Amino acid sequence: MVVAFDEMGSSGDSCRPGYEVLKRWLESTPPDLLTTRRAEAELLFRRIGITFNVYGDEAGEERLIPFDIIPRILTKKEWSVLARGLEQRVKALNAFLADIYSKGEILRAGLVPDDLIYRNPYYRPEMAGLKLAHDIYVMIAGIDIVRVDPDTFYVLEDNARTPSGVSYMLENREVMMRLFPDLFAEQRIAPVENYPDALLATLKSVAPRSASSDPTVALLTPGPYNSAFYEHSFLADKLGIELVEGRDLLVRDNVVYMRTTEGPKRVDVLYRRLDDDFLDPLTFRPDSALGVPGLMSAYRAGNITLSNAVGTGVADDKAVYSYMPEIVRFYLGEEPLLQNVPTWRCREPDALKYVLDHLPEMVVKEVAGSGGYGMLIGPTADKKTIAEFAAKLAANPDDFIAQPTLALSTSPTFVDSGVAPRHVDLRPFVLTGGDKVRIVPGGLTRVALKAGSLVVNSSQGGGTKDTWVLDA
Amino acid sequence: MRLRIVHEIVYAFDPPANGAIQTLRLTPRGHDGQFVVNWRIEVDHDCRLSSARDPFGNIVQSFNTDGKLDGLAITALGEVETHDMAGMVRGQSERFPVAVYLRDTQLTESDQGIRSFAAEIDAASPPDRLSTLHALMDGLHDAMEPGETEDDRAIAAFAARKGDARALAHVFIAAARHLGIPSRYASGYLFKPGSEEPDHSEHGWAEAFIEGVGWIGFDAACNICPTDAYVRLAIGLDRVGAAPVRGAAYGDWSAVPKVTIRISEAGTVKQP
Repeated sequence: MVVAFDEMGSSGDSCRPGYEVLKRWLESTPPDLLTTRRAEAELLFRRIGITFNVYGDEAGEERLIPFDIIPRILTKKEWSVLARGLEQRVKALNAFLADIYSKGEILRAGLVPDDLIYRNPYYRPEMAGLKLAHDIYVMIAGIDIVRVDPDTFYVLEDNARTPSGVSYMLENREVMMRLFPDLFAEQRIAPVENYPDALLATLKSVAPRSASSDPTVALLTPGPYNSAFYEHSFLADKLGIELVEGRDLLVRDNVVYMRTTEGPKRVDVLYRRLDDDFLDPLTFRPDSALGVPGLMSAYRAGNITLSNAVGTGVADDKAVYSYMPEIVRFYLGEEPLLQNVPTWRCREPDALKYVLDHLPEMVVKEVAGSGGYGMLIGPTADKKTIAEFAAKLAANPDDFIAQPTLALSTSPTFVDSGVAPRHVDLRPFVLTGGDKVRIVPGGLTRVALKAGSLVVNSSQGGGTKDTWVLDA
Repeated sequence: MRLRIVHEIVYAFDPPANGAIQTLRLTPRGHDGQFVVNWRIEVDHDCRLSSARDPFGNIVQSFNTDGKLDGLAITALGEVETHDMAGMVRGQSERFPVAVYLRDTQLTESDQGIRSFAAEIDAASPPDRLSTLHALMDGLHDAMEPGETEDDRAIAAFAARKGDARALAHVFIAAARHLGIPSRYASGYLFKPGSEEPDHSEHGWAEAFIEGVGWIGFDAACNICPTDAYVRLAIGLDRVGAAPVRGAAYGDWSAVPKVTIRISEAGTVKQP
């Protein structure tokens, strides 16, 4: 087993830059106090009400995502490298989407196979030729980052549909500031509380050109049965915008209105947390009762901005991900600042053969999967699981990609046995507006709470941490 | 042939709906072998029809009506001059790369049954694509019993070995796409001389693309490539994508309209 890089550098007296204050504090704080603080944190979360539902969990019981009270720290220098890379990556994602829904130059150039796009379930033919107000498809991106050594950050996944989790980032900070005001007083930590302002400014900046100077923004949710409903209502509240369901909206002469007590009010920008398939029963699934009939006609007429745009899922497909270095070079003429994890595309026969021969060392993922479902982690899987997965892989190679098992960095985490290293990832949120790109320093750190586990997804035993970017 | 078409779509809302919104792909386009002499759409309520092209090139009209309504009637009517092109679709601008027409949709997904059927036909027919597609049309016509089914997904229709023209088109498309042949769905009208009864749904068939030849229609239900008895309305990846009418009424989302389609040879039948 490879020894993972620990971000604090927990052995010996020294520690990595940025962790000095935290390390001293951890050493001087009795375990009892940590336990007390953790209980207080849990109480605060219950009062605030952040919970999530696990898909397929029959009881449908609301669970609290475990929160770790030890923050994860990045120095200003580390962050500025990351931030530049993130901005570049999302710029390329937007250029890629604008291209595949118009001329398809990258396909003609033979850099990305066209069947990977045109046969992709998330490609939406309905978007072809549709001119967006600012040519921005992905206003809100969540880019999952992992780290393997002091200098190497990899992008693990691009989330270009409706990335979630930002409410945890905000709540984690709020709780930490209440529990440990001294730690915040001792050093300058970049604020994240301005995220709602940044998001609202971004959304307003992409309003249709026909909108007034103060565009109306609303958040479209599938409703209370959705696993992320808490986040939808939380964000609507923080942004000071209406939280609406499909039935609260109507389309008249290709203009979208929301029903209010004072009559219909025009909506210019919809921050929609409803999947493409359900958006408009007159264009997509006819049986969707969650959407807005006629919404796509209004969209096509240029009277509403949807954020994110329809059809962005084709950019967060894991097979398309493997082409991101080429995509960055093609559209920006620059070398990618953030690296991809080396990826085998199982659709290619040579790659498939290699993967099948090395399954016990690899992580294999479904190209259209998310949330850590349907993946194989070779090193921790038993022989039977590996054999079953090999059969699945051989039957439908197009559906899978494979990556080496990375020794994800660890961060000190307060678990039952005390403070111990646990693997972490990071999901920064990149906001792209008509005016500029906004990235709140940090993001959501997810932590695999089980010793040795590499799965950070909340649905599979992951927790979260506050993420500190030191401002000095 | 000059065909006169009257296509009525009548909704009844009980209880009354609070406004309705409709998207129509109910206006045929002209191309070689199909000349639209005149065509109009009438709605029995005040509304403004806005017209646009969808990415497939179809003419799409949409409108909404406000206020309480207990019914809604849409009528499309006009005359179309047709010529037998042996199923060839020419003289129409194509907007998508053909690779798009290899996409699966829920209605045109194939399963092992359809794939084996397609592969057997492919193996037994001459190597050229045109022969394969004709053999596929023949084979499906023989294998499938005509009739209405609740579920017109390709998989369901093929499993039941039964379906109407539209379900058969889905099976044809699923099989052709499995063989790597770009295929799509066409909605439209079929003139059946001597038939007194009006139709209660539009007709549908498949179109397949052959490199160097172009798009050709295949109607497995009638085992024929479209002739001058066919009028082509819209295309899509499946029936839903090319549906002449998709609508919703506020308060009554799922009202199913009554459809009456009358097709006659212009000049030979007295108009009321």
